This record gives sequence, C-alpha cells and structure tokens, in this order.
Amino acid sequence: MNLGRLMAIIRKEVIQIRRDRATLGLVIGIPVMELLLFGYALNTVTDHISTVLVDESGTASSRAFASAFEHSTYFDVRMKVSDRESALAAIDRGAVRVALIIPPDFGDRVLAGRPTAAQMIVDGSDPAIAQTATFAGGLVAQTQSAFATVDVASRVVPVAQTRPAIDLRPVVLYNPQMLSVQAMIPALVGMVLQLQAVLLTALAIVRERERGTLEQLIVSPIRSSELMLGKTLPNIGLCLVSTVMALGIGRLLFGVQIQGSVLELLLLTLPFLFGSLGIGLGISVVAKNQSQALQMTMFTLLPSILLSGFLFAREGMPGFFQVLSLVIPMTHYLQILRGVILKGVGVSVLWPQALTLTVFAVVVLGASISRFQKSVE
Amino acid sequence: MTSETPAIQVRGLTKRFGDRVAVSDVSFEVNRGEVFAFLGPNGSGKSTTIRMLCGILQPTSGAGSVLGYDIATQPERIKEHIGYMSQRFSLYEDLTVRENLEFYAGIYDVPRAARAARVTELIAMAGLEGRERQIAAELSGGWKQRLALSCAIVHRPPLLFLDEPTAGVDPVSRREFWTMIHGLAATGVTVFATTHYLDEAEHAGRVGMIDAGVLKALATPEDFKAHFLNGLLYAVTCDRTMDALVALAAVPGVSDVSLYGESIHVLTDDLEATALSTPLDALGARDVVVSRIAPSLEDVFISLMKRR
Ligand SMILES: Nc1ncnc2c1ncn2[C@@H]1O[C@H](COP(=O)(O)OP(=O)(O)OP(=O)(O)O)[C@@H](O)[C@H]1O
Ligand SMILES: [Mg+2]
Repeated sequence: MNLGRLMAIIRKEVIQIRRDRATLGLVIGIPVMELLLFGYALNTVTDHISTVLVDESGTASSRAFASAFEHSTYFDVRMKVSDRESALAAIDRGAVRVALIIPPDFGDRVLAGRPTAAQMIVDGSDPAIAQTATFAGGLVAQTQSAFATVDVASRVVPVAQTRPAIDLRPVVLYNPQMLSVQAMIPALVGMVLQLQAVLLTALAIVRERERGTLEQLIVSPIRSSELMLGKTLPNIGLCLVSTVMALGIGRLLFGVQIQGSVLELLLLTLPFLFGSLGIGLGISVVAKNQSQALQMTMFTLLPSILLSGFLFAREGMPGFFQVLSLVIPMTHYLQILRGVILKGVGVSVLWPQALTLTVFAVVVLGASISRFQKSVE
Repeated sequence: MTSETPAIQVRGLTKRFGDRVAVSDVSFEVNRGEVFAFLGPNGSGKSTTIRMLCGILQPTSGAGSVLGYDIATQPERIKEHIGYMSQRFSLYEDLTVRENLEFYAGIYDVPRAARAARVTELIAMAGLEGRERQIAAELSGGWKQRLALSCAIVHRPPLLFLDEPTAGVDPVSRREFWTMIHGLAATGVTVFATTHYLDEAEHAGRVGMIDAGVLKALATPEDFKAHFLNGLLYAVTCDRTMDALVALAAVPGVSDVSLYGESIHVLTDDLEATALSTPLDALGARDVVVSRIAPSLEDVFISLMKRR
C-alpha cells in the first residue's frame, strides 16, 4: 500500500464529489425524500382513523370512555349514530373505518365495578389500519378503566387475521405509544445508508470504466487495493453525513428521539457501512455501465427490505427465510438502530451484531478487491 | 536489463477473443530511442497489441518483453516504466488542467519535492500556460490531446505507448503534437504509436503494417516506397475520369488502378506510358496526361491491403 497513491485517489475523488451536483443531490436528496415519503405516508395511516360512535349507554362514564378514544389521536369520531345497523352501514359505505359501540349497561357496570366490554368493529380491508385500530383500541380501554375492555370484530376479514401477531409485541414494549413511525424511522435511516453506500461506490468505479479513465489507471502502477480504498473512503464521510441528516429529520419532523448515544450509534454504524461499501465495490467490478450498476444496487436492496425485519417481522417468517435473513447485514444493523434509538442501549449490548457485521464487511471487501483485475478483459 | 536490449521484443504474439483472432502470430522488435508506427485499418488489432504490451491484456500465446520485463509475468513492473495514452484521451473532464497533471503525478509517485516543478514544466511544454485552472472538458480537441500526452509522461517514462493519439484532431494540432513527440524522441524516449493516418506514419522511423491481426510488412517509410511496390506507378488525368478508370483496369499488364482525387494511380507490371495513353485516346478522352510518379506510403499501403 503506497500512501501517496492512495492520497492522490482520495484527493481526486473529493474534488470530483464537490463538483458533481448530481452526487451531492443524491446525498442530500435521498434521505430527505425517503424519510418524508415513508414517514408521512405511515403517519396518515396510523392516526386519525375515521370512527363512528354508537353510545347506547349515554352516561358520564360512557362519554368519558368515548372521548378518551378521540383524545388518543388514533381515532376521529366523524359521526354519531343511535344504532348498530347504521354504524355498520357507515363502514360498508366506506364513510368510516371503525365503529365503537358502547352497550346500554356500560355505565352501570363500570360504576358497580363489574367488568364490561365495548365493541369495536374494524374495517378489515386495510390490514394496516385494522391492526392499528385493534391495538390502539385495547390500549385506550386499558388506560380508561380497569373494568372496561374492548371486543374487536372485523367487518371484512375474520378477526383472527387482524389481531396482532405475537412478533409485534417487542415493538409495543419499547414503543408504548405504538406509533409505527417510531419503529419505522430507525429502519429508514438504515435503508438510506445502505442505498447510498452501495450506489455511490458502485457508480464511482463504473463511471470511470464508462469514460475510459479506468483503462488509464490500470496501466499505471496503482494497486487494486489503493484504487478501491481511495474510492470508498471519501464515501464514508458522505454516508455518515446522510445518516446524521436522516436522524435529524427523524427527530425534527417525526419526534423520534435517540435514546442512546449518537456517538455509539455512529461507531456501531461503521461495520455496516464498510460492508455496504464492499457490496458497492463488488457491483462495480461486475457492472459494465451505470444503469447496470443501478439495477444491481436495487436488487441488493430488495432482500434488505423484505427479509431484515424492516417491513415484516422476522419472527413471522417461515424458518428458511429466518435463517436466510441472518446473512443479510440489514437484519443485524436494524437491531443496532432500534436498540440505540428506541431502547437506548449501546455497544455493551449490541457488540455481537457489530461483530457479525464486521466479519461480513471483511469478507465482502476482501472478495471485491481480489476480484478486481487490473486488466481490460 | 541493459541498454542494448530492444525496448520492445515480441515473438509469435497472438490474441484470441473467443474464436476471433484479433492478433495473429506477430513478431517484431523496437529499438531504444526509435519512433515506431503501427499502421492499420479499423479493427486490425492495433489496440489489442498495445494492450498486451502494456500488461493489461494477457496474450493467448507468444512471448514478449518490454524494457526487459516479461509481458506475461511482470506486467506491474512494465507499468512503472511506461507512459500510455489510450485511444480515447482519458482525462478527468471535471478536473482542471493542473489537477489532472497533479493527479497523475501522485499516481506515478513523482517525488513531492519535484512535483510542482514537473507540472509547471509540462504545462509549458504543452503550451497550456494560462489554462491551468480551466476544466478539461472545456478544452478543444488539440489541447486535450496535448494535456493527455503530458499526463502520460509526468513520470518521465523511457517508453511511450500512444494509441491513435491524433484521432479526431485537426491537422494543425496533429502537426504540433508530432513536434512534441519528436522532441521527446530527441531526448531518448522510445515511442510506439498506432495510427490509421498514412501521412502520420511518415513521421516514424519505422512502420509496421498490420491488417486483420497479421503483420504484413515492417520497414522504414523510404524502404516501403522503394521496395514494396512491384512495378511502375503512373498518375493519369483526363476529362473522362470514370470511363478511363474502367478502361485502364482492362489493359493487360495493369495490376491495380485507384482514384486519388482527380487523378488515377495506375500500377503496372512494366508498361510504357504510351501503353496507357493509347487506350484513352481510343476512348476519345481529351487532355490525357500520363506521368511516372514515385509512390507515396498510401500507394504502398493500398496495394498491400489489396494483396491480402
Ligand atoms: N475485449 C474484446 N473482446 C472481444 N473482441 C475484441 C475485444 N477487443 C477487441 N476485439 C476485437 O479484436 C479486433 C481487433 O480490435 P482492436 O481494437 O485491437 O483493433 P484496432 O486496430 O485498435 O481498431 P481501431 O482502429 O478501431 O481502434 C476487432 O475485431 C475487435 O472487435
Ligand atoms: Mg484501437
């Protein structure tokens, strides 16, 4: 390794990045776009679910119970009707998603200290809404009274399917408000990071191949390792900037506080970042042009989205996919992100994940660098 | 490695891509300090040969050495000592003139202390003073080409490979470029350049003609003209050029006719000038002029290519 040659590459990369509006746009644009799109899309799904209220009890306790629903911000009582049939009709029309039906003896039973149950009927056609409503309904009832509970029934899909799966419990545990945005933002930060690290690196080399400058470089005495490292090191800076930006957006716009230490989070991010840069290098070795590199990048993103626990809980997956998900870096990094951001734990707890990612990074970087031949064949 | 070993020495050099033979059994030597031109039409295997010599393409068979290093086993040693200008001038278009030079100075490990002076010297040599801070993309073809050459020699290589260095550059820039090349050669640098411009090959000390991967001939430009054309060459002009072309091709003893602008070059086995003017007079052509001429490299080249 010749430091002078490495520095020459790094210096050139930095100049090029500074002059390249498209890359800078990518670095700033991706985190902003992705967080805003996903964040707000999720937000509208989870709160203010339109609700019809049937208060057959008409007592102070039933009114308090109903207003607790409304104050939770999960439910918006859009209409009040006097009977169950009109409420169901409102759901069927699509006017509301949820009907809350408080039975006639509700008030008396609460006063007498006997258990009672309000009924919640959920439009099961949108599972995301149904799931939130089911959860939120139970939570609100719990906070209101020790005696009142909510029985949930679904209007379209059988109740069993809309009931929360076991695997979602840990999320509820560390995210008592059950805002799915809270669980989503850390995962989005990870996605932004992976997309950028892989794409920037893949493009950096493929671009030189397309423009013919790579041929000029491989006729020089530069080593593969110097070229590869020189190309990736500047990207580490860029990716850390985007990570901090993504965390900042999560904090400012979505109120996602980082419970743990930001410094430890960035430290734990490094092995994941190196692994992603390695994947980018691997792509750049194989890809012939920029559009191929882009396609391959998107392809590597898919398993991270589908199998890491980002969209679907790993515990709910068939055994084979659970095992497969273990070789996907995002699976481990997601545990780190959620661990530090939501649970406030640090290196002392998350070192096994960091170690796994380190091994992955060494293997991928090593393989990519050794696959890069200084030849034009 | 002594200074007596040739700069380049190849024997039976062959490169196949699948079942296409790009370079076939090529052998030659280039002496130190020589300006050597590799002349051939598109797709004849010029770039492939140069890439094998630079150590970025493994030969299928055959052997060779460059500056005493084996092309198959010591490509990295070769790379330290050569300069290379690829067919597309490989500059970083988004860097300035000076940044490009500084980058290659770093890549070739030019000592820090000498770097600034070397860069300034090259800028002067390429006539790029005052343009140091200009982005390379904004330079015209001729400037780009001279900057690319400067980048290729930043580490003072004793051997320089130029792959079609003047493609797409205007004639004035081409002349200036060759002046720079001859300047380098005068300091003892060996130059191996490919081209498909015939006039450019005249700049070289020796010319190798390659066609379809086969080295057809290798000689000095003078030898080519003197010996590679068997027979006598005439230039013929008249008022009915097209008819004359057909008529002359049919004359017994004429081995080749080709059109050069207004005049027809006729290669004959051993004919007198009258043997050509008589059939044209019979045709009724007027202003017939037949004159014996010395062949240009182009005549030799066309004739060699037709003989394949
Ligand atoms: N990497 C490759 N894979 C397959 N075929 C190739 C490759 N490189 C060159 N060839 C083929 O080998 C032959 C010689 O190509 P080469 O580039 O050496 O020609 P050239 O003389 O440099 O032509 P030009 O004047 O167009 O640059 C061509 O037929 C070309 O298509
Ligand atoms: Mg070529």
